[in-house]
Amino acid sequence: MSALHLAVELDGRGAHPGAHLVDTPPLTRTAWSDTAGSDDVGPERLRRAVAAAQDAGVTFVTFDDSLTPAPAGPALRVDAVTRAAFVAPVTSRIGLVPLVHPGVTEPFHVASQLASLDHASRGRAGWLVGSGDVPGARAALDRPVAAGDDLRDETADVARTLAALWDSWEDDAVVRDTATGRFVDRERLHKVDVTSGGSGATASPATRDVPDGVRAPFSVVGPLIVPRGPQGRPVVVARAGVLPGTAVDVALVGPGADDDARLTAASLAGDSWVARVAAQARADGAPLVVLDLAVVLDTADAGAPARAAELDAATAPLPGSAWASAARWSGSASGLVELLLTLRGVVDGVRVLPAVQDVDLAVLVRDVLPALRVARAVPTPRPGATLRDTLGLARPANQFARGA
Amino acid sequence: MSTATGPSSADYPRPHAHVHLGVFFQGVNHTTIWSDPASGSQIDFETFREVAQTAERGLFDAFFLGEGLRLREQNGLLHDLDVVGRPDAITQLSALAAVTRRIGLVATQNVTYNDPADLARRLASLDVLSGGRGAWNIVTTDNSWTGANFRRGGWLDHELRYVRAAEFVEAAQALWDAFDDEGAPVEVRYAGRTVELVATPTVPRSAQGHPVLFQAGDSPAGRDFAASHAEVIFSAHGTDHADALAFAHDVRRRTVAAGRPEDDVKILPGTQIILGATPDEAREKARWVKEQQVTPATALSLIGQVWGEDLSHLDPDGPLPEHDPVVKAIGETRGTPRPGRDAVAVARAWRERATEQGFSIRELVLDQERQRGFVGTPSSVADELAHWVRSGASDGFNLTPWVVPGGLDDVVDRLVPELQERGAYRTEYTGTTLREHLGLRAPVPHRRTLVTADA
Repeated sequence: MSALHLAVELDGRGAHPGAHLVDTPPLTRTAWSDTAGSDDVGPERLRRAVAAAQDAGVTFVTFDDSLTPAPAGPALRVDAVTRAAFVAPVTSRIGLVPLVHPGVTEPFHVASQLASLDHASRGRAGWLVGSGDVPGARAALDRPVAAGDDLRDETADVARTLAALWDSWEDDAVVRDTATGRFVDRERLHKVDVTSGGSGATASPATRDVPDGVRAPFSVVGPLIVPRGPQGRPVVVARAGVLPGTAVDVALVGPGADDDARLTAASLAGDSWVARVAAQARADGAPLVVLDLAVVLDTADAGAPARAAELDAATAPLPGSAWASAARWSGSASGLVELLLTLRGVVDGVRVLPAVQDVDLAVLVRDVLPALRVARAVPTPRPGATLRDTLGLARPANQFARGA
Repeated sequence: MSTATGPSSADYPRPHAHVHLGVFFQGVNHTTIWSDPASGSQIDFETFREVAQTAERGLFDAFFLGEGLRLREQNGLLHDLDVVGRPDAITQLSALAAVTRRIGLVATQNVTYNDPADLARRLASLDVLSGGRGAWNIVTTDNSWTGANFRRGGWLDHELRYVRAAEFVEAAQALWDAFDDEGAPVEVRYAGRTVELVATPTVPRSAQGHPVLFQAGDSPAGRDFAASHAEVIFSAHGTDHADALAFAHDVRRRTVAAGRPEDDVKILPGTQIILGATPDEAREKARWVKEQQVTPATALSLIGQVWGEDLSHLDPDGPLPEHDPVVKAIGETRGTPRPGRDAVAVARAWRERATEQGFSIRELVLDQERQRGFVGTPSSVADELAHWVRSGASDGFNLTPWVVPGGLDDVVDRLVPELQERGAYRTEYTGTTLREHLGLRAPVPHRRTLVTADA
């Protein structure tokens, strides 16, 4: 039976948009909330939460993000790439996957930032591809931000651009040849000359006259300013359908509109929707398929249903948000273990969205992951391994390198 | 060079001034010797960690990273003789924030190829996660050659670069300050000629209010920009005391003219320090360093820059070319600063000098490379640095080690104790934020109320 990768979403106080509005029972407070209970965005909570996930054997963590305040959820939040970089040198085996929205951030900057994260983490960087509207982005950026089909097309163009920029340095471009005085071999550095689709003005402030939602074309010459990272390219993680399947390394899947999002071990018997969406993502070309699972767990103080009701009453999750688009589990830790064991062989991994970090992540690392390890159901990431190594993904060949 | 041993400290305008030190991890320049066996990787995180931690052990104020958004070219070819490639500054500094406790972290970021809402947010993120140690070195690259890597291309007129910089900084400050008394974010509206935004911040104020602003412009417009907006000037005046003093006086005059107290802007010239146990040993080391910096290939590249053509086929131990340069002005090298002097005049002067002295190409280039910074024993250099800050020629120095990661070791181990003995250097960090290290005032709160549309 193949192993199941466990990933965890780690933004803010929890993945439920109401996480920051409910009181955390004092008895369930954990190491990372003790010093940082009143500080949702500071370095200590971040450092401790990631350390707890790494110690428990989590394959990678994701960091949700938004340039502008999210319509539901925490008002305060620190840039995701910055958070991932901060924990990079104080971790050794967990993958670090920040969300970056391709319609919002300059492709050249995204490529540089994630390549730098890959170097700083010694090959544990990923890119969680942002999707959907970023409310207020146009006004914040003073340029049109693509939406709908335009955004889908632009996302594909950005992913193609990043792949090219990450390949713009061959692995052995730095030669340090003292005989000739050359630091690099310029034959092993490549322009990318990518031009996106789209039409209309690109120059600011001319873009002020372009209606919002319409993509403005971009072009990038390259090469990147950052040498190729340990993984060649950071691991690309995207919701199925956001990118062409062949452009992703890990496709995140969830229920369709007609599927029952609530999962149980029994519901996975036979032809479940999980098997169906996983097969579809694989058919589209994704090497790995990971199920998004929104989790509310029983605690000593309260049962999961009561907690879920309290959270939903605090803030109803918005349609289209990660929480609302995920499969759901609420119940006991042992029930979750059983569910995850049943998911082995159906999907390659599960990204847990813990409703409240202080509560649900705590139960996850204390009760759920140890049980999975005992069952030899989860891989053990090794210090020094890259995220690609841990996931069993090959290091991508360089599109510009000539044959050996 | 030194006059410091003469006057007692009471004769100085600032007798109790401390030397503030920063370290500039430079790369991408022939100052950095990559050929030495002691030279580490220019991209592995460990090299950066070691330099930052050494600087912190030496109680430095700041660790400083540069930026270049396109790889340098000369005569249409990628420049391959110096270090090429470096990490994104904010990403790398955020990682360094986790393995350091006190040192300031300065990211160079330009205002043309960034969006104010995005960059202000990333800088604030670094500032929050580092506990108030973030800083931004504001640069104004605007050429379309660099712009070819960005959505908007080379969209900004050169004349507008400081207008853009000022508006960008004002918008960023407005975002950094846009919180009500309960700490809840409020919406910022900014409308200028080159920056227009409506945005609500998500990153709270940091322990130091907001990132410290550095700037390095040396032109009159650049100095005025610094006097109006910057809190630290990273100047090029780090070798000659009289030159540095004149620069400092000029900056203070402009700072007062901009309506600020004259000590509102700190001056940290970029410089280099070469130490030896004896003056002779230091001079010998300086000669060796320069020879490592100006390799035969680099000598040919530097004259190629003056002549405006690829001269790499010439013999570096042979004579200069006899023909005149094919370009009028020096500085066509892409990605390096500003076009400058008359190429033909420089070439003729160089030929005359070479003929007079019997210099080969490389000897001529070595002769032309001015010795930067300070060369001497730890004691003599400590005297000089104390003299500089006490006389008001600078507030300290931003040091560029010629080799990383070990190039800072002797400064920390041998020079810093000498400065401490002179009462001219801290013996421990007394604050936790960069603003406190530098002795800067708190940023004006709620600056957004001061921001008005520029029409």
